[in-house]
Order: sequence, then C-alpha cells, then structure tokens
Amino acid sequence: MVSLAQTHRLESGGLIDRSAPLNFSFDGKIFAGFQGDTLASALIANGVKLVGRSFKYHRPRGILTAGSEEPNALVELRSGARREPNTKATTAELYDGLEAASQNRWPSLRHDLMAVNQLFAPIFVAGFYYKTFMWPAKFWEAIYEPAIRRAAGLGRAAGVADPDHYDKAWAHCDVLIAGSGPAGLAAALAAGRIGARVILCEEDFVLGGRLLADGGTIDSMPAAEWISRTLAELAALPDVRIMTRTTLFGVYDGGTYGAIEQVNDHLPSPPQHQVRQRLWRIVAKRSIVAAGAIERPIVFTGNDTPGVMMASAMRTYVARYAAAPARRVALFTNNADGWRTVETALGAGLQIAAVVDARPDVSSEHRALATKAGFPVLNGSVVGVEGGKDGVRKIAVSLIGGARAEVEADGLAVSGGWNPAVGLTSYHRGRPKWQDDISAFVPDSAPPGMMAAGAANGAYGLGACLRQGFAAGAAAAQSAGRAGNPGTAPVGDDETFSLTPLWHVAGKGKAFVDYQHDVTASDIELAQREGFESVEHLKRYTTLGMATDQGKTSNVAGLAIMAAVSAKSIPETGTTIYRPPYVPVAIGAFAGHHRDENFHATRLTPSHHWAAEQGAVFVDTGLWKRAQWYPRSGEKDWLESVTREVKAVRGGVGFCDVSTLGKIDVHGPDAGAFLDRVYINTFSSLAVGKARYGLMLREDGMVYDDGTTSRLAEDHYFLTTTTAKAGPVMQHLEFCRQVLFPELDAQLTSVSDQWAQFSIAGPKTRDLLREIVDPAEDLSNEGFPFMGAREVALRGGIKARLFRISFSGEMAFEISVPARYGDALVRNLMLAGKQFGVTPYGTEALGVMRIEKGHVAGPELNGTTTAADLGLAKMMSTKKDFVGRVMAGREALVAADRQVVVGIKPTDKTRRLRSGAHVIPKGEIPGPDNDLGYVTSVCFSPTLDQWIGLALVERGRERIGEIVHAHDPLRGEDYDVELCNPVFYDPDGGRQRG
Amino acid sequence: MRIVCPFCGERELGEFTCLGDAKPVRPAAGASADEVFDYVYLRDNVAGETSEHWYHGGGCRAWLKITRNTLTHEISSVEPAAGVGAAKVGA
Repeated sequence: MVSLAQTHRLESGGLIDRSAPLNFSFDGKIFAGFQGDTLASALIANGVKLVGRSFKYHRPRGILTAGSEEPNALVELRSGARREPNTKATTAELYDGLEAASQNRWPSLRHDLMAVNQLFAPIFVAGFYYKTFMWPAKFWEAIYEPAIRRAAGLGRAAGVADPDHYDKAWAHCDVLIAGSGPAGLAAALAAGRIGARVILCEEDFVLGGRLLADGGTIDSMPAAEWISRTLAELAALPDVRIMTRTTLFGVYDGGTYGAIEQVNDHLPSPPQHQVRQRLWRIVAKRSIVAAGAIERPIVFTGNDTPGVMMASAMRTYVARYAAAPARRVALFTNNADGWRTVETALGAGLQIAAVVDARPDVSSEHRALATKAGFPVLNGSVVGVEGGKDGVRKIAVSLIGGARAEVEADGLAVSGGWNPAVGLTSYHRGRPKWQDDISAFVPDSAPPGMMAAGAANGAYGLGACLRQGFAAGAAAAQSAGRAGNPGTAPVGDDETFSLTPLWHVAGKGKAFVDYQHDVTASDIELAQREGFESVEHLKRYTTLGMATDQGKTSNVAGLAIMAAVSAKSIPETGTTIYRPPYVPVAIGAFAGHHRDENFHATRLTPSHHWAAEQGAVFVDTGLWKRAQWYPRSGEKDWLESVTREVKAVRGGVGFCDVSTLGKIDVHGPDAGAFLDRVYINTFSSLAVGKARYGLMLREDGMVYDDGTTSRLAEDHYFLTTTTAKAGPVMQHLEFCRQVLFPELDAQLTSVSDQWAQFSIAGPKTRDLLREIVDPAEDLSNEGFPFMGAREVALRGGIKARLFRISFSGEMAFEISVPARYGDALVRNLMLAGKQFGVTPYGTEALGVMRIEKGHVAGPELNGTTTAADLGLAKMMSTKKDFVGRVMAGREALVAADRQVVVGIKPTDKTRRLRSGAHVIPKGEIPGPDNDLGYVTSVCFSPTLDQWIGLALVERGRERIGEIVHAHDPLRGEDYDVELCNPVFYDPDGGRQRG
Repeated sequence: MRIVCPFCGERELGEFTCLGDAKPVRPAAGASADEVFDYVYLRDNVAGETSEHWYHGGGCRAWLKITRNTLTHEISSVEPAAGVGAAKVGA
C-alpha cells in the first residue's frame, strides 16, 4: 500500500527540507516524509496516531513526546541482522527506505488479540508475578513464564550477529557541555572565548534545544538567527568541538564521562569502512549540564489514548517539523508555559477546541487570547478521554465547583510542568532537592567539577538560561585554568513561570503514570496499602521507572502520588537513586572492535608463520597461539601425529618453540639475595654458567610458579616463568623488590618478547646444534654439562644463549636468540636437521613427555598445592627467609593426609584415561566421604604404549602400588588404576645427563 | 578514574592494578606464625580514607601507595610505595 499524501503536513514552516522527500515504511505500509523528519514526525505528518501496543495490557498507544524521554513510540527499526528493537521513533532520524514495525502486537497493530489482557487487568496489578503465579511451583518455568514472556514485552532482537562495527575513542577537554539549548550554547560561547578547550555534546541532529520549537528573541534577533551566528562564532574559535547525535550518558570518577555518538544511525547502513556508533570516554576538567528539562504528564483517566501528547512535544511537531498531530487541539495545563502550544497551534492555522487550566488564576493575556481566537477556557481538570486506537474524539472535563463539560477535539496537549533533567548531576548518588516555586527536583550537589545551568538547574526563562549558561561557561573555563575574556553575555527575555501543582486527577478507569511499563495510579496506591511505601520499594514492586526510558516522564509523578496517599510531602518521599546510562547504549558500542577474533590481543610466537606454513594446528594459551601438533598427510588423528612427534624426539631429535615462557633479567649486586627471598631454594650459591629449577610460593604458603633460572654473570640472572604466569610473576617480583625488600639493590627487566626460545631435545641434539653453533664452542658433556647455561656464538656470528635444561627427560638444550632471528633459526634448524630427521613438535608432545617424566605443570600448580604436595619439599630451604615460608608451615599445609602428586596407570593396559576422574578406594561406593582425590593430567605414552597420568591423591606416596578406582560420573566411566611413581620414564635421569 | 602517577603523570584506571591494603607490613624474618598470619589475612574494611598498593603495570611498573576514600573514590595522594623509586623521586 502506498500513501504519499502527508495529510497532516503543514503547508509551510519547519526545519525540514521539502526539496528532499524520503519514502519509508511502517508495518509494511509506505509513507513519505522529508529530510529533517524523525520517524515520529513523519508518522504524524501522515496522520498516523496508533504506533504501538503497551507492555502489559496491549493498550493502543500513540506518540507522547518529541525526544529521548519517549515511553510509548518504540519500534523495531530496520530488518534482518540490523533489526533493532525498542528504538524511539521520536529520535530516529528519517532516511530514504527506512523500515519500521510496531511491537508487542499479534496479529497486527490494529487488531491485537493480546488486548484481551485488558479484560484480565485486575490480576495484572503491581506485584502480579508474585501473587498470581505462585502455585504450583513447577508451573512457573513450564507454563507461566513462557506464557507471560509471549504476552508481555517489547520488540524482538535480530537474533543474528550484528554486521556493523563500533568504535571506542578518548577525548580530553577543559569544559564539557551537555546540551545545545540557550544555556549550553551560551556556556560554549563564554568558555570558548576565554580560550578553553570545549566539547559540546548534543543528542539531537540539530543544535538549539527548545529554541528550535519555541523560538524567542536573543540579542534583539530571532532565535534561529542567533543560533546560526553563535555556531559560526564557535566554529571560528580554535578549540571548540561540537558533537551532534552524541548523548552524554554517564559520569564516572575523576572527571571521566561516557558519551555515545550515533555516527551513522541516520543512514540505512554505515558507509563502507565506517562505524555505526562510537563510544566516547571524555576526560574533562569541568563539565556543565545544560540538558534542559522534561515536560511531565498529568495522570488522568485515559491519558494514554493516542492523540494525548505532551504540550511541548505538540508544538515541536508543529513548529519544527510542520506536522500537525491534531486539527482541533485541546490543552490541559496547570501552568502558563502550556499556553505556548496554543499560540504555536493558532499560528500554524490549527483550531483550538478549549484550554482546560487547573489554575484558578489564568492570566488576563491568555484570557484575551482565548476570546480573540474564540475558544473557551475551562477552569478544571480532564477526567476522561473518549476515543481509542484512532485517537482522541472527546474530552470530559470536571470544572472547579463540580460542573462537567465535554470538549470535542482530535488531540489533547498536556502540560503538568517541567522536571529538570537531573540524571547526570545525580549519578554519584547525589540527591536532588525540591524547589517549591517550580514544584520540581533540581540538582542539589553534583559530581566534582560539574555544574548545572539553565532549565536543568531549574531556571526556566530564556533570559535566565542564557545568563546561567554564560556564567557557568566562564566559571568553568576559569577554574580549568584559562584566563581570557568572555565578552558579554547574550540577552533574552525573562519569562515568568506560574504553576499550580497537579499530579493526578482522581477518576474511574486506568490512569497511567509509567506508560512504558503500564504502571497506573492505582498500582501506586496498592503498593502503599501493601507497605511498599519507600520509593525504592515502590519502584521495584510496581516496576515504575524501570523500563528502557528509566521513568523520565513518570518518576516524579509516581513519587507525588505516593506522597499524597501516604500523607507526606514530595521531598519527604524522596527520589530513587539515579544510575547511568541516561539512554540505552548498545552492548556492541561497549565492546567496540573487541569482538570475534579481536576480542583480545593475539600474541604470535617467533616461529608462528613458519609453523603455519607447515600446517600446524594451533591452540590458544592465554593470548598466545601455540603450535599444538604438526599433522602430516596420512595421519588420521591428533594422537597419531603426537605419538610420531614424541617417538621422533625420544629416538632422534625434535624442537619446540617455548618462547611463550615469561623471561625476566635480574641485574644488580643483590640479584642473588633477591632471588633467595622469592624462591624457596637458594640462588645466591648458584655458580655463574649454571641453571637451576626454582619454585616460588605465595605469601600464604601455596605454590605460585616454577621455572629455571640461570646465572649468566656474577650480577646477572635470567629467570623464566610459566607461560600463564609471565605477567603476574613480573608484577609479584616488582612488588617484592619495590615494597618488601627495597634494601636489596636489584633491577628487573621483562624480556619475554625480546627472546625467541626453542627447546631442542633428543639423543641427536648435540649433532644438530653443532651444525648451528660456532664450531669453536665446546658442546661436549664436559664442556657444557647438564644444567649449564652460557652465551654462545652461532655460525655467522649471532650471539645466542644456550641452556642445558630438559623438560622432556632427553638430552636437551634450550636456545635463545633475539626474537627477530627466531624465524631464521627455526628455518635453519629444519635445514641443518634434515640429515638427522629433525621433527618439530607441538605443545601436546611437550605435555606427553613432561607427564612421562612426572614434571608438574598447570593442572598440578593449581593454587591449592604445596611444595610437598608436588614432591618438592626438599627444595625448601630452612636457612633463609623467603616469601611464603612461615605460612607453608601451617598445620593443615603439612598434614600427613594431604593430596599429593602420584602417577596412575590403568590396570587394563588398553584403557584410555581421562583427567577429572575421582579416585576412590577400590570396592567402595563413590561418595564425598571416600573421595581420595582426582586425576590432573593424562596422556597416551608412546614410550610405554599405554595411557598414563598424574593425580592428586590423599597419602598418595604411601599408596604407591595400590589399586584404586577411577570414578568419572561426568562421562559415565568407572575403571581401576594403579597408583605408581610419577616418573614413568628414565627415573634416574641418565638420558638427560648423557 | 584517573590516577596521577608520580613518574608518568595523569593516567587512566585501566593501566593500574589494585593489590589492596598498604597498611600491613611484612614481618621480619623470624616472626611468629601469628604475626605472619595477621600480615597475610587481617584487613580493615575502611569506610573512608584508606591507603592501598597499586601497580602501574600499563606504564612504569612502579608500585604506588595511593590514599583513596572508599566512599567517594577521591584520591588524595599518590606516592611511590617504597625503595629505589622513592629515593629517586626524593632526589
């Protein structure tokens, strides 16, 4: 269906570009609008009044506001992967081809079968979940919850991955300003002229705030002209940055602010290589909240009928968008400001049906206007609205004194006064204070460095907004350390604001407080009767203010009704705590580019590209990608590849990139003494040119990390950590050095990324190394004995560090070269090693060989084991103080019945082992009382031709030889295993010393 | 949150790691198990100003002693925790 008439578009006026028509669709129907429209204004221009169904009762709803406070007009915007639910039609910029759909209705918006919920309204009162769906308990998950979720709710998420990109950025400034109304622009002028670095954020796509709809005269010129002159002046200032489509949503410690910039939401999809939204973290010395005020509804029966609209929103649609929400407008107000809508409507040629003014003292000017334009002024209140999904038809009025009247109108503008936007100023648990003359909460305090100005500060007149904004801008710039001349402040008219508080007109039928969550005045009264009187209880019991709009239009009215029924004043009733974000922010924006493969940084080993060329399978270990095994063609699974790699090492020679180990240079005259304090064993006695295995404890006595440390010179040690603990150990050692033992003269340098390190292992290791190392270097067992460590020259002159250490149990060296030579080294190892059948091996084969040797690794160094648990008690020096020494001696940590590392073999040699299985005494029924421990590491040992493993078992060393039961309820496996010496291979270590 | 590192200047929270209470002092070698137990485990839960150890791992790797109000997050002083760094800054 095509409807391009724009039946409710005014003939002239508005900030729309009539030369740029745009087509869009709503619920599949095609409409036309103009550049400069929002979806809401374009719908209004097409006479669309019904835009959605309410959350609980599926009541027909229209557009209530013209800004980000909108509770009703939420739509699903776009389609497919870009479909975004709960998008406010009032802030969604129109673009050609825009697709929107209404939410929470079935089968269609006009004929919503779920509206049957209204018949059951008596059970949907506040707290209905808790009262109605209690019994039987198991019905909740099976029946009640799914049914409620289908019936109640908002829009549908896309359900597929977001195709767009999001960015995150930092900005710094002296003065940050939220809002571009008269106060915000005046603040920017003052701060900018003084020379401050200014950032001004405006959520709208046009600058000017309420001036865009309400106009006025500033410095003797029309507001529009003043805005364009001001923007020209600001553009000419050197350091004023204006960010439109950018909402300041949060205030954080130390003058850090969160802002969301909708970079490309006004286009069907972002242009190539551009982001959709950008999350800003802005660091500002001072900030000014000039975010204005939000007009508040009056709660009366039928106040949610489509066509009932905030008075300020109605004149925004008329003046800014040249779109008429109604032809014959009635106004219900309790303040003088509401009358501006009458003036705007009359100016646009619309009819005024009547003004219902709750104040007894309507001004003579307004009465004269009524007489001139020929509409009645009714002193009283609206008590009912006749109409439905097609909008308002008739309004029932109760006059002061008791008489009743009826007004025929197709639109009702409502003004209950204004609430300053106190969110940003209250985010550090600030409580706003009540100001009687405007019957509203205004900021009382603000986070450090922040101040409010203009309507956000309770100053409603144009002149006052300009003065406050300008003064705030000047003060902020000066207190940020700038000292220029602000010039003179812009001058505008001072308007008087008169208001008689009116929150709720009692009557029969539903009167809505929170439109988005369908909370009515009677829900609040019920909450009070049931004892949920505290505002925080009221909020949670009724869900008042907990919808996506965070109660911007509803919170204060709700408090006022609670105050009235509990016979307290509004300030006594108080406000709930304000929390960011001010507007919903997409999770994607918080993630930015950190998703999918960029979720975290990726660290590549020096041999990565070479390994990738070999077709290696990689495994993620922390941030690293490590080669797990190197499959060869014809191998049917990982086990076959790994088995081949292990056999090649044990029978010939292989190498493995171990560059991921943490590496720390320790320099200084006290380097040895320092290491003595952080390791349980002694390093000051280590000879230059030797390496030693070291174990570190936490101060609570548990094992922290292990690794080898070599003494390269009298005052230079080279320490390695596990891959996982590289960062934490560096931090821990710096703490020990700087805080615990500052008297020791030692320096730490992280060199993890500076060295490429390879383990070369197997009986032919020396043969291979001789092809690589300068022939002058003595690699014989005498010239380079086990646990030797020194610098050597390679063929070609590059210096390398060579360590005769072994994790595999074979004759082995580790060789370190500067990281930039890592790739060349690995290629040369392959070339030179061809004659020896050199085989690269991955982390799986590395793990198999360490289990065969009974070396502990991550699964055993799990933060709950002591040195003695790992069989390393003898390493613990008794002659010196070290971190963790005293606590390691605690009763429970030295108890005889601790679980200790032991080897396991299945009694059935063909049986596969799995880690995680529990160890139970043979013949007993498994349970928590007889659980002896669990299997930590397993592998298939090609050397022993069977599965083997390590386990932590209570009194394990005493049990060696015992047959126990492995119980694996997770995988449904039960089998017997024999506890054995954890060193399965070459227990006397002859091979590694040979 | 922003922290003014005495070595690097004002930096963002993400560069730092908080260890916790800076008040307990590691007992000298030979201290009793009870003294070490108190050092390892006993902490005050202060509502107000407290001193904490923070690590500038994303910058100069200095350990800092920061006085912070746990109610407002206001930081009133940042100084090198101890040792060589302190001596350098003092010089």
